[in-house]
Amino acid sequence: MEWETVIGLEVHVQLLTKSKLFSGSSTRFGAEPNTQACAVDIALPGVLPVMNKEAARMAVKFGLAVGATINRRSVFARKNYFYPDLPKGYQISQYELPVVQLGRLVIDVDGERKEIGITRAHLEEDAGKSLHEEFEGLTGIDLNRAGTPLLEIVSEPDMRSAREAVAYLKKLHVLVRYLGICDGNMQEGSFRCDANVSVRPKGQHAFGTRAELKNINSFRFVEKAIEYEIARQIDLIEGGGKVVQETRLYDSVRNETRSMRSKEEAHDYRYFPDPDLLPLQLEAGFIEETAKSLPELPDAKRERFVREYGLTAYDAEVLTGAHEMADYYEAAVGAAPGQSKLTANWVIGDLSGYLNRDNLEVAAAPVTADMLAGLIRRIADNTISGKIAKEIFEAMWGGEGDADAVIEKKGLRQITDGSAIERAIEDIMARNPKQLEQYRCGQEKLFGFFVGQVMKATQGKANPAQVNELLRKKLSGTPA
Amino acid sequence: MSLDRTDVERIAHLARLEVGEQELAAYAETLSRILGLIEQMNAVDTEGIAPMSHPLDAGMRFRADEVTETDQREVFQSIAPSAQAGLYLVPKVIE
Amino acid sequence: MHRPFGSLILPMSMHEKSLAELSTALNNKYISSHELTLAYLDRIEAHRDLNAFVTVDRARALKQAQAADARLKSGQSNVLTGIPIAQKDIFCTDGLPTTCGSRMLANFVAPYDATVIQKFNAAGCVLLGKTNMDEFAMGSSNETSFFGPVHNPWDRRCVPGGSSGGSAAAVAARLAPAATGTDTGGSIRQPAALTGITGLKPSYGRVSRYGMIAFASSLDQGGPMARSAEDAALLLNVMAGFDPRDSTSVDRPVPDYTRTLDESVAGLRIGLPREYFGEGLGTEVGRVIEAALDQYRKLGAKVVEVSLPNSRLAIPCYYVLAPAEASSNLARYDGVRYGYRAPEYADLWEMYAKTRAQGFGAEVKRRIMIGTYALSAGYYDAYYLKAQKLRRLISGDFDRAFEHCDVIMGPTSPTTAFEFGSKTDDPVAMYLSDIYTISVNLAGLPGMSIPAGFDGSRRPIGLQIIGRYFDEARLLNVAHKYQQVTDWHLRVPEGF
Repeated sequence: MEWETVIGLEVHVQLLTKSKLFSGSSTRFGAEPNTQACAVDIALPGVLPVMNKEAARMAVKFGLAVGATINRRSVFARKNYFYPDLPKGYQISQYELPVVQLGRLVIDVDGERKEIGITRAHLEEDAGKSLHEEFEGLTGIDLNRAGTPLLEIVSEPDMRSAREAVAYLKKLHVLVRYLGICDGNMQEGSFRCDANVSVRPKGQHAFGTRAELKNINSFRFVEKAIEYEIARQIDLIEGGGKVVQETRLYDSVRNETRSMRSKEEAHDYRYFPDPDLLPLQLEAGFIEETAKSLPELPDAKRERFVREYGLTAYDAEVLTGAHEMADYYEAAVGAAPGQSKLTANWVIGDLSGYLNRDNLEVAAAPVTADMLAGLIRRIADNTISGKIAKEIFEAMWGGEGDADAVIEKKGLRQITDGSAIERAIEDIMARNPKQLEQYRCGQEKLFGFFVGQVMKATQGKANPAQVNELLRKKLSGTPA
Repeated sequence: MSLDRTDVERIAHLARLEVGEQELAAYAETLSRILGLIEQMNAVDTEGIAPMSHPLDAGMRFRADEVTETDQREVFQSIAPSAQAGLYLVPKVIE
Repeated sequence: MHRPFGSLILPMSMHEKSLAELSTALNNKYISSHELTLAYLDRIEAHRDLNAFVTVDRARALKQAQAADARLKSGQSNVLTGIPIAQKDIFCTDGLPTTCGSRMLANFVAPYDATVIQKFNAAGCVLLGKTNMDEFAMGSSNETSFFGPVHNPWDRRCVPGGSSGGSAAAVAARLAPAATGTDTGGSIRQPAALTGITGLKPSYGRVSRYGMIAFASSLDQGGPMARSAEDAALLLNVMAGFDPRDSTSVDRPVPDYTRTLDESVAGLRIGLPREYFGEGLGTEVGRVIEAALDQYRKLGAKVVEVSLPNSRLAIPCYYVLAPAEASSNLARYDGVRYGYRAPEYADLWEMYAKTRAQGFGAEVKRRIMIGTYALSAGYYDAYYLKAQKLRRLISGDFDRAFEHCDVIMGPTSPTTAFEFGSKTDDPVAMYLSDIYTISVNLAGLPGMSIPAGFDGSRRPIGLQIIGRYFDEARLLNVAHKYQQVTDWHLRVPEGF
């Protein structure tokens, strides 16, 4: 039988606010346990929540960016359950009325565009962390994360393959970073994904029973976990079994998903409107003001790069994959006018390579956009060759100054003086009579040998085109 | 509506309250009586009435996104039943 | 309104003075805050059998009094500087136990001050002690306190009402010049009525709830409990005001509540809800309320009949909403970060279930269970949502009634103080004690109880005055005018 996969994603995006959703504690990652857990976060008797306005602004930003409806009135509810990392015994979340509803995101898989619906995005607070390792037989609770603002973004079950799911997730990842509402750090848990996966016979309208996959904290694991889960479900059904609706944990070491048995006896969260908080009412002015603050979004930027800089769709896609990279590119092109393609090659090639090698963010690159533009200008005006440029780039990366300084210091200026190149050629011909003889007897592949010798003698500085031209004349014996 | 022992067990479980076998019947009886009182509500037709969740007819009050709290871990954990190395300790959570 | 003092004031008689009189005495240095505080501490000690206080820290109180004396000397004082105040043990107090009448918090020393406490500190008041109360403010008799019941100073066999029974008894017995209370369904007004003192539940949002341990967040409100409306006005001047830490506190200016106390009540329209005078109202209570209304007529007020047709539904509605909110508010007491933890447990589940079973008393557990049930899957619409709709109807009744009157009057409680144990076996009977007070909380309106007489057994009877939203000044004015022509509020139980 032919099977169709149905995938919906729930993504928890940690908002980049300085303080928590309902308290004035810092949200900074990596502090000593419980040093960023104030009276409100640890739920002392008598404390009350007061909402962070920036979190509302960020949620609205997201909603506008995905073309969603912004609900002018939404409600915070309490989701009641007991867990040691949930200090109040309830999580403040939005239930019936979320702040954002009905948006969409367009993904591109193998050149095919597809619209993925966004059902809703709602604000809620994060829980703390349970640490199981350090104390024998006991669990340690760190509440630093408790109360950190999250935007939970729920997609429609519109994805039909693991690759589509990953494309959606990557698109979302780029978007929230563009908007400046999330740092996107998956290792630190700032961008977390749960996947609802089910399969059904192709052509069947009704959905199959779904499993919820948790703990998939990298793009690669999302793809692998979903692939595994699809195979498991198909095997199960074809073997006469039935998929059970349950939560499954992905184990990246074994590359398998397994049932989180027992965790739940049936949940009964007893949602009700939080009486400590009044409805989240958003003024039209607030929404308009937020709309004005929206940056250029990834799709618009990509199209503009193709149009304005004459880049290929691929190059534009890569360059706009992160707004920091796009900004770097635009700054560099601005300082090296007319060199948009060459600049794109350098940013996508060497710059990205070095950043990866040194595990650096583009903002921390030792070669700034201005410095790269300086280098590109010297390539363009023939001061240096592309090959020498790579050497200069490495020197700049190592902190040896800008391109002109490195060229000067290392004497890397390209030799374009014909007589100097001729002298070098003559010298080499004189020292290699045997090769000259063979060349002149028809072994033309020795041409490469002579090019190499000339470049070596000029320490690579000779203009390659000139070398070729002069060498051909000299070797054939015709007078210059 | 009256509650039986199973209902009481289910509610007590949700509320994380240990209720002894011998208390179940008494709880069922008392809670049923309270529910009897509550069900006087049914005498009134509330069709079309908007629920009122709060006496205040106003919108959310906001605070600015500023860090205003400082570390008070030592003070807070001095009153904790069990804390070590800055963490609150509880019996092992089984996942 | 200030009666002049004699030249020689003995601390012995201090407890008979009003706040205004005490303020004059302190500011004129007839007496020091230290002397005054000591006098009250001694009275508390002498009447420990009332069990009105859970915590009294003499050394701390006296130290605070000395600081107040320094402030009085420096001229940096307010009206209430140096006056000792008893605080209901529901307000968190930095460095002092805050128990909320529960075993769950018997060992809980709050690491911060409630906003109300901060305001009293800023005014230079002395924290005399923390008063006993029904556990987590759930009760109408003070019998649910983990620390044992409070005795009514008018009749020690009787309850003082609840949940602010300790504060009520302390003020009635003159163990404190004034006290604070909190009122979710009548917890200030009903004990005020049963002990013959003046109590005011302000409009929802008038007094900050920050640091006031939550019972039912959409109903709870702190307020003053005092000997007179004038004293209550002075306390409310300190307590009221916007608090950025409480999202439900209202940002409206606070008037000086003493300024309008003396305004005439001639022409005042008093609404009398016919539903408050039917079945269940004690005949003696009814007679006293009638007499009080006559007094108001003499002052030039007009009495008009109004109707609150849905008021009979207030109790069922309240006993869904308050327990539902409470079941969630009390989930934080889990033995993890503070408070009681059961000594023995096999695993996390047992730690939770035993901690909560042992830490909470019977009434609290009953309400948690009712609330949990009302919110649980399949029952939410029938109970919680239905109750919220009724709340709208009850609130609307008041809106319509206030089209015809300026204040509403009636009994605070259907009966006078009842004997210990007479209702403990029947929670439903106990719940009916709040039949006249609960709807006011559901609507978020201000309500007051003032002493208006006694029954044949010399047990006090309270007159309830209900006002429009944020009309506290009017309530205090209306109460004050009555107290100018009556002396019920000056009566002190025998032996005090």
